[in-house]
Formats: sequence, structure tokens, C-alpha cells
Amino acid sequence: MKKLIGIALSVLLFGCSDSVSNSRGVYLLLDTSGTYTKELDKAQQIINYLLGTLDPGDSLVVARIDSGSFSEKDIIAKATFDSRPSVANAQKRAFAGKVDQFMKSIKGSAYTDISGGLLQAVEFMNEAGVGKKYALIFSDLKEELPEGFVRDFDLTLDGFSVIALNVTKLRSDNVNPQEYLSRLEDWKVKVRQGGGEWRVINDLDREDILNIS
Amino acid sequence: MKINDFVTIIPGQPTLSLILLILLLMVGLYMGRNTVHSVINIVMRIVYASLRFAARSLGLTEQKLRARNKEVLLELGKEQVERQLEREFFRVNAVVEKDLGGYPALQRVIADQIARIEEDYKESGQMAPPPPDWVKAVEAVGRLHLETKGNGVAVEVLKNIHETSIKQQKQALEEYRSSMSTRHKLLQTTLPYWRKLTNTVDEVGESMKALTERARDIDHKMSRYEEIRGGTEKAERTLRASSITQFFVSLFVVAIAAGGAVINFNLIALPMSEMVGAASRIGAYKISDIAALVIIFVEISMGLYLMEALRFTKLFPIIGAMNDRLRHRMIWITFAILFTLACMESSLAFMRDQIAADLSALRLSLSQANGVAAAPSVNSWIPMVGQMIMGFVLPFALTFVAIPLESLVHGARTLFGDVLVWLIRMLAFTLRLLGNIFRHLGTLLTQVYDMFIFVPLWLEGILRERPRKAQQPASQAVQTVDSKTDFWVEEVAK
Repeated sequence: MKKLIGIALSVLLFGCSDSVSNSRGVYLLLDTSGTYTKELDKAQQIINYLLGTLDPGDSLVVARIDSGSFSEKDIIAKATFDSRPSVANAQKRAFAGKVDQFMKSIKGSAYTDISGGLLQAVEFMNEAGVGKKYALIFSDLKEELPEGFVRDFDLTLDGFSVIALNVTKLRSDNVNPQEYLSRLEDWKVKVRQGGGEWRVINDLDREDILNIS
Repeated sequence: MKINDFVTIIPGQPTLSLILLILLLMVGLYMGRNTVHSVINIVMRIVYASLRFAARSLGLTEQKLRARNKEVLLELGKEQVERQLEREFFRVNAVVEKDLGGYPALQRVIADQIARIEEDYKESGQMAPPPPDWVKAVEAVGRLHLETKGNGVAVEVLKNIHETSIKQQKQALEEYRSSMSTRHKLLQTTLPYWRKLTNTVDEVGESMKALTERARDIDHKMSRYEEIRGGTEKAERTLRASSITQFFVSLFVVAIAAGGAVINFNLIALPMSEMVGAASRIGAYKISDIAALVIIFVEISMGLYLMEALRFTKLFPIIGAMNDRLRHRMIWITFAILFTLACMESSLAFMRDQIAADLSALRLSLSQANGVAAAPSVNSWIPMVGQMIMGFVLPFALTFVAIPLESLVHGARTLFGDVLVWLIRMLAFTLRLLGNIFRHLGTLLTQVYDMFIFVPLWLEGILRERPRKAQQPASQAVQTVDSKTDFWVEEVAK
């Protein structure tokens, strides 16, 4: 009933106004470094959850984090779902197929360029003009760059929600947990300084806590 | 300059300074007493008069509003009774046309039946007995028997006569029986006619009874109508009670209809996204949701027009005033639009089921990819058919919301009118109360003022008393309370 009244009022108030973009954009970065590839089954679970949750008009991109991630070539699958639900469902099926294929043929990378991947996500999402922007990082957040790669730039993350998923503890973290905590803190500071919102979710059994709405 | 410096008029004597200051203040206040009293009185009078004026204006507004409410209420009641009377007359007309219209024919039938019965009755009348000549013959034969005693011929003749008589008697008896039987048969044939006649008369009686009841109803309504026209208190009270009851009943029905509209909305919102897209939004709401809502509003509007054209409601006088031909056209057009929308909703409901099934299949395939076991599917054609039927029926059901809506509008007018009258009355009462408070506040303030200068007033009293005791005073200023305004007034008593 409230919804009906709200709609009636919005028709009266904004009847002549332009339509506003309320669509959501989700950019999921998958860490494909050697040690982390074992965790990618869980990533597929997240992707499937997102495919089931996103509405027509929303965008979803899945890209990998490898040695140099600031590149369109790292995008595994991307789609802006059609406004018609039936077409959007077909797109989601195709998307799931592509991701499935990727998961079967995955090769581990030597380095982990998370910053490059995040920058690529920011560029892509700003260009797509989506309303609500989410960057999901499925990684242990341990950045390892090839020699000569520079990633000491400031990210501009206004309007972004950056969510770190399944941040696994490395062997060295077990020796010195402060390393793990510092890693998380560094990323938190980096994202917040860029104007974004930072969250960490490690319990992937409850996908709904992603709270992408 | 500090306060202490100000208070210390005589250096080194603070108490004396204070006493001197108080005395000076008293003298100053005493000297300005009349002016201050006048100012307080004038200000309070202005406030009192303004509040009283406002209260009076509100009182007049309340009276006007109440009169207007009564007028509207009586007008609504009049219209309602007129409508009922019109319907009663229509029914009487139908009874007269149906039953009394056939009365000449019925009368002919009854007259025929009576004529037939009369004829049969006449025919069944008893035959007159033959003239009693045989008595004379018997007497003559008796005399012959006495005169010709022992005569063989005479005996023979008498014997023959006796036999003939017996034969004749038998014959007469048979004839009598036969004629009686014929009469009975004739009377038997009149029995159905009698029954038919009784039924016909009973039918007429029933019609007349129904007509009498209708006439009694009309009488009752006419007396009510006259009461309303007369604007009596009883009529107003009855109409008000009835109006408020109708308001709440209509509110309940409209709330149910709103529930129906919500269900209808949920039924068509998802499939509308297939038609107009689900990505675009106006404000925070999807275009598809807005489109679904617009369809429901169109259905309700068409329902209102249909009910209006059918003369069930009187919300739009222009539709009611249309000529019959145009009105009939409007009925058919609105019905056609409603029917089209109902069919469209039914197909949208079907599409909704398809989309939901597709989405469910997608989620199922995604969850299976995650290793989650699929739940057994239920037979889906039953909800699909249910949705389609609901999609078809709900637009027509929403059509009837026009009737309670009209009652709600009329009831709301009465109820809100009464609430407004009550609010104005309360406001006027508050203003009157405030006015009275200010009036007495003026008196209180002057008394409080005098309290501060009680010493000079006391001295003044003594000084006044002295010459009065010496000689009767020529005049004296007396403070009295004005009976009209209740303000303290200083009068000069002679």
C-alpha cells in the first residue's frame, strides 16, 4: 500500500522530470595468483548469487587480477542486463556459461596487481554511468607487482562501495597476525581516502550480507 | 554606575538610602497611579474586545457553517429519498403495467367464467314435477272399485291399472335418476371454472396486496421527504446518524477495494516490465510499476464512468444529464474498455507466471551449479489459471468501488463539516475564555499596582476621611466595578 501511495505521489511530483539512473553496477575482481586459485569455487558461488539478485538494467563485470590488471583484456565477462526480464534472464545464463568456462581453464598468475584492477573497475563503472557502484575484490589483498610497475596513485572512489571478499590468511599472517591486520588497514585507508566505503566479508555462506541494494 | 552606587543615595547609609528610594518610588508610582490604571484598563479592554470580537466572528462563522452543513445534509437526504421514491414509483409502474395492464383481459376471462358457471347452474336446475292429475285418476279408480264390488271385469281393469301404475312409477323414477345424474355432471363441469375463478381472483388479490404495500412504503417515504423538506430537527438528526454510519461502512468497503487494487498491482507490475522495461525510473519507482498503477487507475475511472452512466451513482452530473442514446453509447464504450483491460490483465497474469517460472528456472540452474539440491517443483498450472482469473475479475470488481466511493464522499462532507464546526466552536470558546482572563487580569494588575503604593493610598484615605468627618464631603471619588465590562472605574460620588 505504501508503495502504491509512493508511486502515485512520485507520478504527481516527478511526472514531467527526466528519469534518474538507479541501476546498480557490480565489478568483481578475482585474484588468480598461484596461491589463491583454490578459492575461486567460492567466487563462482558469489557470481551466481549476483546473477540471481541483479535486476534488469543493472551491470555486472567479472575481471581477473593478474600481473598487470589495468587492462580490458582481464575482463572475463560483462553485461548490462536488458530492461526486459526475459532477455535479462537469457543474458544471465550466457554470463554464467562464460564464467563457468573461465573457471575450468584458469591459469595462475605470478603477480597480483590489485590496485590496477581496482583502477580498471573505477574507470569502467564511471564510464557506464551506473547509479550505485560496487567493487568486489575476491582476494587475500596481498599485492605483488612485477618489477617496474608503479601503483602509487590515489584512487578516486566517490560513490563506490568497495567490498573485500574472502580475505584469506597467508602462512606469514599466521606467524605474525599484525601483517594481516595491517594489510586490511592499509586498504581501508586507501579506499576511504579515495572517498569510498570499505567493508570486509569473509563469511561467504551468507551471501545476503553483501547487501547490494 | 553600579547598582549599589545607585541604591546608596546617602553615602554610608545604605538602609536609609533604600528606605528613601522605596519612598520615592512609592510617591512616583502614586503620582502616576491614574495614568497607569488607565493604561492597564485600556490595554486589557482592547485585548478583551479584540478576543471577544474574534470569538463572536467565529460564532457567526460556526452558525453559518452549521446552517450550510444542515442545508447540504438535507439536500443529500432529499436526493436520496427522491431516488428511493423514484425507484418505488418505477416498481409500482411495473406492477401496474404487468398486472393491472392486463385487467381488461382478466375481467373478460372472469366474466366468461361467470357466464359459463351461470349457464351450467341454470341447466342443472331441478325439473318441475309433473302436474298431479294422477291423484284424480286414483280417486276415480277408487270410486269404481267401491261401485263395482265383485265385478270380474272391473277387477281385471283395476289389475291392469295397478300394473300400469307400477310400470309408470318405475319409468318416472328412472327418468328422475337420469335427470339428477345429468345435473350432477353439469355441476361437476363447473368445478374447474370455480377453481380457475378463485385462482384468478387470488392473483388479483396478491397484486393488489403488493400494490398496497408499495403504496404504504411510498407513504412512509413521502412523510420522510416532507420532514426533510420541512428541515425538522428529527430529520436532520436521522440523516446525520445515517450519514456517519454510511461513511464508516463505505470506508471499510473502500479499504477492501484498496486491498484488491494492491493485489491487482502486484499481479501486473512484473509483466509490465516486459512491455515498458524495468530499468527506467521516475523518482525511486520503476516505470513499469507506474504503468501498472496507471492501468489500475484507468480501470477505476472506467468503473466510475460506467456506474455513472448506469445511473447507480451521481458523482458527475454531466454524465447523468446526457440523453439516453449518448448514455447508452457511453455504457458500451466504458464496458468495452473495461473488458479489454480485463483481458489484457489476464494475459499479463499469464505472462507474469511465465517470467516467474523463467526466473525460478535460472535461479535453480545457478543454485545447482553451486551444488544446492533443487526443490521438487509443484504443479504450476493451478496458480497460473488462478492468476488469470483474478486478472480478469479484479477490474470488474474494482468497478463497483464507485458506489461506496460516492457514499464516502457524501459522508465525509457531513463528518468533516461537523468536525470543522466543533473546531470553530472550541476556538471561539478558547478566545472567549482568554478574553475573560484578560478582562480580570486588568483588574488584578490594578490591584497589584495599588498593593505597591498602599502607604500613600492609606494616607490619602485618612486625609479624605478627616474633612468628611468635619463636614459632609461635597464629593468623593469611589472605585466601583463597571457592571458591563467588569473593569474598575473611578466614579465621583456626590
